[in-house]
Amino acid sequence: MSNMLGKIKSSEKSGYLMSLPYVLYFCIFVAFPLIFSFILIFHKWNIVTPMQWIGLRNFVRLFHDIQFFKSIRNTLVFLAIHIPLQITVALFFAIQLNKKIKFRGFFRALFFLPVIVSGVVITILWEQLYAYETGLLNLIITGLGLERIPWINSPEWAMPSIAIMATWKNVGLYIILFLVGLQGIPQYLYEAAEMDGAKSVQRFFHITIPSLNNTMLLVIILSTIGGFSLFIEPFVMTGGGPMNSTLSAMLYIYNQAFYFGHMGYAATLGFFFAFVILIVILIQKKVVERE
Amino acid sequence: MEKKSSIWVYFTLAFGGLIFAYPFLWMLSATFKPEMEISEIGLMSANFSLDNYRAVFNKIPIGRALLNSIFVSSCVTFSAVLFGSIVGYALARLRFWGRELILGVILFTMVIPFQITLIPMYILMVKFGWVDTYMALIVPGMISTFGILLFRQFFLDIPQDLIDAARIDGCSDLTILFKMFFPLSKPVIITVGILSFMGSWNDVLWPLIVVRVRELMTMPQMVTLFKVGGQAESQIGSQLAAAALLAIPIVIVYAFFQRYFIESMATSGLKS
Repeated sequence: MSNMLGKIKSSEKSGYLMSLPYVLYFCIFVAFPLIFSFILIFHKWNIVTPMQWIGLRNFVRLFHDIQFFKSIRNTLVFLAIHIPLQITVALFFAIQLNKKIKFRGFFRALFFLPVIVSGVVITILWEQLYAYETGLLNLIITGLGLERIPWINSPEWAMPSIAIMATWKNVGLYIILFLVGLQGIPQYLYEAAEMDGAKSVQRFFHITIPSLNNTMLLVIILSTIGGFSLFIEPFVMTGGGPMNSTLSAMLYIYNQAFYFGHMGYAATLGFFFAFVILIVILIQKKVVERE
Repeated sequence: MEKKSSIWVYFTLAFGGLIFAYPFLWMLSATFKPEMEISEIGLMSANFSLDNYRAVFNKIPIGRALLNSIFVSSCVTFSAVLFGSIVGYALARLRFWGRELILGVILFTMVIPFQITLIPMYILMVKFGWVDTYMALIVPGMISTFGILLFRQFFLDIPQDLIDAARIDGCSDLTILFKMFFPLSKPVIITVGILSFMGSWNDVLWPLIVVRVRELMTMPQMVTLFKVGGQAESQIGSQLAAAALLAIPIVIVYAFFQRYFIESMATSGLKS
């Protein structure tokens, strides 16, 4: 009996000891920053001089900050182009890869290559592909007899350009996720539908798409989280321009904190932006689940 | 009919493959071309040279940055696997008060967007005196909450008999974890390892914030600043050469272990 008790006690003890690393990590790098961010939003602070209590004035400033709302709008524009494009392209290639073909592994590895390469590399490369006079894309476009597109030089095209580039970089991951989803659809569904005389388009919309609902939600949420952290692409390629058209919310918060040194205000922006993110994701979840 | 459709499949896949591969090939070839020829669409040139790479090595300590990146990412990866497995073991196989609470906290923290803690984290680094040290680059990444969950999930399926038998032999929990569980856990170790390594290797935002001295910069950070900070003097050839140097190590590793990379990164989909 005492032996049993001793065993439970020792299991408790090693349980505490072994989860200690996480508890420490949580207290220092999660709980403290969370609490501290809640204090910061009521202060004006540049780190060097003492903190100054300013009540809700950071929020007043935020709600009058046209630039910040423009940066959120830019981020949403990015998402609005990036997500549908990503789903279409990923699903298209996933369906091709799901057929009985040779070299599947080779193509899979090729499509996945941009996923593992740093975003900095991709951005430096694509800046050249987008070059107005000499870029590869405009060479192809003029070769087809069409007008040059101003890509990252125009406020209208700059954000769509970044969204296209981000799709090229990430789509390999989503091809894999859709491929996993497709392989989970039971074959008899298709056979039954074929016997009932359903055409391939009907089979796609009535079997494939509904069966991929979970994957779809996953893809949407992952690309949303990624899209809201959009930073390095505009930072490297456009610096937020032209005319602030690619100023993402993260880039704006970064500038406020580390260019202007407005720590309290930047923390407030981060706080507010986090809520925007959570709300958008919740809405997406509701919409996808209903359909 | 069957044949025609399979030709169509190969055609679209080959076309897709070209779209993904050609820009990389073009970039690699451009790094060897003189500035005047870079805008050409073809891959060949009569004037290939190493000048662009020479310019990069002359202007920035990129070799040092590579070593920094390797050091930082290795430390992060090693400790994410070490602590991930230890905490994962405790949460999966040990009974103690507060276990469910910790699990709940972990799931909760995964929902918090990092945007909310970024500024306070930086201030923490300032207060610890860690700005411009390796500590700032390594310590916050030492624990991966997702890694803990992956290890826990994997450890839940290992039969209890194994543990009971080892306990009777007087093994401690750490011995059980490292001597018995680890040899069985290769897939999850590889997954957590690759995810942590890639996360750390490709991160630019955090290094930009906490490191300003050249000697400590990570490789993606240094290439970013080389491009943005004007040192590249808008020479496209040397920008692309710096980018190629950044891409090459990871592409080589990927070429050997691509299956593991793809499988690991696909599990990151489980996150949400």
